[in-house]
Amino acid sequence: MLPLRLEGIAFKDVIGPLSLDIDAGPSTIILGANGAGKSVLMRLMHGLLAPTTGRVSWNRAGRQAMVFQRPVMLRRSALANVVYALEAAGVAEPEKPAMEALEEVGLAHVARRPARVLSGGEQQRLALARAWALHPDVLFLDEPTASLDPTATREIETVIRAFDAAGTKIVMATHNLGQARRLGDEVIYLHQGRVMERTPAEEFFAKPRTPEAAAFIKGELPWV
Amino acid sequence: MGLIGKVLVGLLVALSAHAQSKFITVASTTSTEQSGFFKHLLPVFEKKTGIQVRVVALGTGQALDMARRGDADVVFVHARPLEDRFVAEGHGVQRFEVMYNDFVLVGPKSDPAAVAGSKDIVQALRKIHRSKTAFVSRGDKSGTHFAEVELWKTAGIDIAKEKGAWYRETGSGMGPALNTASGLNAYILSDRGTWLSFKNRGELAIAVEGDRRLFNQYGVILVNPAKHAHVKKEMAQAFIDWLVAREGQEAIAAYKINGEQLFFPNAGN
Amino acid sequence: MSIFADLRLWDIVALSLAVSLSAVALATLAGLPLGAALAVGRFPGRQALIVLLNALMGLPPVVVGLAVYLLLSRAGPLGELGLLFTPWAMVIAQTVLITPIIAALCRQAVEDAWREYEEQLRSLGVHGVRAALTLVWDTRFSLVTAVLAGLGRASAEVGAVMIVGGNIDGVTRVMTTAIALETSKGDLPLALGLGIVLIGVVLALNAAASVVKELAQRRYG
Repeated sequence: MLPLRLEGIAFKDVIGPLSLDIDAGPSTIILGANGAGKSVLMRLMHGLLAPTTGRVSWNRAGRQAMVFQRPVMLRRSALANVVYALEAAGVAEPEKPAMEALEEVGLAHVARRPARVLSGGEQQRLALARAWALHPDVLFLDEPTASLDPTATREIETVIRAFDAAGTKIVMATHNLGQARRLGDEVIYLHQGRVMERTPAEEFFAKPRTPEAAAFIKGELPWV
Repeated sequence: MGLIGKVLVGLLVALSAHAQSKFITVASTTSTEQSGFFKHLLPVFEKKTGIQVRVVALGTGQALDMARRGDADVVFVHARPLEDRFVAEGHGVQRFEVMYNDFVLVGPKSDPAAVAGSKDIVQALRKIHRSKTAFVSRGDKSGTHFAEVELWKTAGIDIAKEKGAWYRETGSGMGPALNTASGLNAYILSDRGTWLSFKNRGELAIAVEGDRRLFNQYGVILVNPAKHAHVKKEMAQAFIDWLVAREGQEAIAAYKINGEQLFFPNAGN
Repeated sequence: MSIFADLRLWDIVALSLAVSLSAVALATLAGLPLGAALAVGRFPGRQALIVLLNALMGLPPVVVGLAVYLLLSRAGPLGELGLLFTPWAMVIAQTVLITPIIAALCRQAVEDAWREYEEQLRSLGVHGVRAALTLVWDTRFSLVTAVLAGLGRASAEVGAVMIVGGNIDGVTRVMTTAIALETSKGDLPLALGLGIVLIGVVLALNAAASVVKELAQRRYG
């Protein structure tokens, strides 16, 4: 599926113009302050939004999935939610892979429970199970732990690492520096809708190249 | 979903049970329906012939209009000139007299227009008009309404021009009009049958009765199958034949409320 | 109580239920897809259609009765069917009357849900008809209320069924037309008694629906 090519794209006055290639392999973290345009960029890449100028193109067809900041679950059981996603993707006998996905994220014990009565952390894990069942080539995550407590955050990060280990390309937006450091291989730093830097993670945190990034890391930039 | 399916099938069966092919539709008046007359008469006919008679009760004018549209097999109403016109137009085959009753002038016991006890309906109407006492009219093209207008005419009053705030037209059947008259303590012309079975009389009582001009004749007409091909002419004719024959006439005479006969058979007279 | 027997009260209640429940079933079949499509679809004139649908919730029953009468009359286009003055005519009239109610309320519920679900569903590749169906199923508890609103309207109206049914004794007489008739005859206590029976029946239906809803909500969350 990859590389994903963004050519001269802009979205209203929120993003761009910017050009970017997302390659297979390293986990990509999109970092930036609130209002920098991370969510919009994620949606442009995933295809939920169309750019007002420019082009978004994939190398080949494949499967992608997205996990949002707040998980959206249907009014049915946890298992049924995963089954739903598999049926939408055209999978023939969805019950077994759905159950396996729940086991992978440690939710097998609540398979029959209504998804909406699960805790925030459990629902987010369910969202990841839903994505896992699809065995996507690319997994987009838009601030997946912003609404969760540290324990739940740890659990989510464990699952994300499992995706990475299984070969899924991770593209994650976050403003949590610690998380970026823990999970990221490369960092794309976004500031007011434009790409300021693109650096391997270690280098970025040790020695950011731009003053905006440096200020962000120091926490000095105002929330825009 | 299975339960809902069963319920739906049950509903359809219940509704279909009402579908019965051996029936005729009779357009008739509210005075015959609301007095309970049909409830007494029709089972006798149905028991004899197995034909269900479905009565749609409207005013005479409405009943005739309904028949003109072809929505009835028989009309059974009480306004001779309107019925004659119906037959002349070709919508009806022939008119037969069936029975008669009479109208009564009903009014408040306090009798503000001083007409109670009189046998002269025309004089009474003149007095009501002159004193502008409250009067309720059905105003609905019914046989009763038609008769009322004719009586005003006989009294030399063009009611369409002369009506004022004292004259209340309800545009409704006999029962609702009586309800209104009862509520307003007004005079009203009613057929005796509906009055006898009316239960919300309030302060009202019969003021004027017995005038020959209050005579009210009912006629029955077969809707013309030449104009409306779907009319069930054999069954409808059977009903008409039964009504004017001895059995039907006796059944009509047998209907009483509190021992008082409502309708007087006079077929073939 | 003997008065009630003479009226064939239970026949009248049964017919009222048969007519209104049938109308509700048909209106739900027509109204849910219509409302969902309107909620999820995007096309020119959509806003105008929504306004029209909301306005049709207030259709006067007597006007609907008149329109259906003209359609089903022998002098009208569908006269050949011979449906006038039968319970089917009443079902048709009531279906016309309450479909807008169910459709409009469904549209509102589904549109609210779509706002919440849209991104996630589109992310999963679900859109169009499939999305509409998913939303209808997910908002089913709100939709039960919409259906009950339709049922209430149908059981309560007298204008439409009077005109297309003719209030024929033993054939098309339902609770509301029976109440109208007894009122006409001046038998107000009886009319009131019938009114209480009617309210009781509708209350029972609503209570049953509420219980079903409670149980289902506990199961599905």
